[in-house]
Amino acid sequence: MNGVHDMGGMHGMGPIQPEGNEPVFHEPWESRVFGLARAMGAWRKWNIDAFRYQRELIPPADYWRMSYYETWLASVVELMVKKGLVTRAEIENGRPAPGSAKNSPALTTEKVALLTMKGSPANRDVQVASRFRVGQEIRTRNINPEGHTRIPRYARAKLGTIDRSHGVFVFPDTNALFKGENPQHLYSVRFTAQEVWGAQAAAQDAIYIDLWEDYLAPVS
Amino acid sequence: MADHEHSHEDSHQAPPSDLALRVAALESLLIEKGLVDPAALDVLVDTYEHKIGPRNGAKVVARAWVDPAYKARLFADATAAIRELGFGGLQGEHMVAVENTPKVHNLVVCTLCSCYPHAVLGLPPVWYKSAPYRSRAVIDPRGVLREFGLELAQDTEIRVWDSTAEIRYLVLPQRPAGTEHLSEQHLASLVTRDAMIGTARVDASESQGAE
Repeated sequence: MNGVHDMGGMHGMGPIQPEGNEPVFHEPWESRVFGLARAMGAWRKWNIDAFRYQRELIPPADYWRMSYYETWLASVVELMVKKGLVTRAEIENGRPAPGSAKNSPALTTEKVALLTMKGSPANRDVQVASRFRVGQEIRTRNINPEGHTRIPRYARAKLGTIDRSHGVFVFPDTNALFKGENPQHLYSVRFTAQEVWGAQAAAQDAIYIDLWEDYLAPVS
Repeated sequence: MADHEHSHEDSHQAPPSDLALRVAALESLLIEKGLVDPAALDVLVDTYEHKIGPRNGAKVVARAWVDPAYKARLFADATAAIRELGFGGLQGEHMVAVENTPKVHNLVVCTLCSCYPHAVLGLPPVWYKSAPYRSRAVIDPRGVLREFGLELAQDTEIRVWDSTAEIRYLVLPQRPAGTEHLSEQHLASLVTRDAMIGTARVDASESQGAE
């Protein structure tokens, strides 16, 4: 979606403010939200693409106002409700609905190391024909889906060169909407900075963007 | 960790006081429903506060500096090479290393959200996730680097890596001159988080090291 999250190339955001000796979490509640998101993710009722999309669905004015982990909190709540893990009434009352089932946590202490050390690979070992080869010129498609997508607005309808092939990966646009993984080839595509931003960019600079096959068209 | 100790990013206010209460209420509801184990949350938080951080990435960089065969493996298959040192997994499942040279400087960003190589750098700093960095890294990388105190030669090629997929990028910074006598361990202590994102050089003059 053409949302406020898609920030590449926007102006007026002010200076970058690095923080010396920055703590991993600034408040204890941030660390709990981080943990809750991972622990609830372990129920596998949603995927990383759906989680990203949920954050994109936060209304723009709220997205700007909220801190990072507030957006996580809001998104986890929405996904839990959407997937029936909790009800809004339970969240409002702060206690389980009478007679509701008692579960057994999906993420236990023993499973944390497995979760962090194994991760969730997004590549898929399936045979899918590849339409592009390294070194080939492509043009990104001019697409503006209302749903989730990982092609930034600044990279649409641009000429680039396939720089490397990463293999076959889950396609976020369908996966985020629970419409299937639709695995397809993923490439690192090199764009000259001038192709993207015009003459104001330095002639030798480049931007590399990871793009799936459905975002690309051959240059005829 | 009171608010006043840390300057938050420009675009957000200190969280309202009821936020901590809301999170605590939600956590206790989820515990009561048997959906989460608070001890697992403790372990997870401890992992990212104390075990998984930029020290991991610094060890990868130092090894690549002293061992040409390792460096070759790092560029052939970064995920496997990083796994050799015992790192990998969540948000590091698919790693690619990119090398800074006198001619080429690499910079990593995620313009769409906050993608970052957790397995080697830990969780991202606030500035990396903030609108100023995400918006400008792609359109004005030289201005961004200048803000970090890094002035590159006019003819340096800047390569910005926008992490739009599940590939995670680690910058291999240039080894500073005059460090030939240093041990791998000492070299690792020089490598900062920012140098592995691409917003800094490694400076041999002070042992700043990755936090």
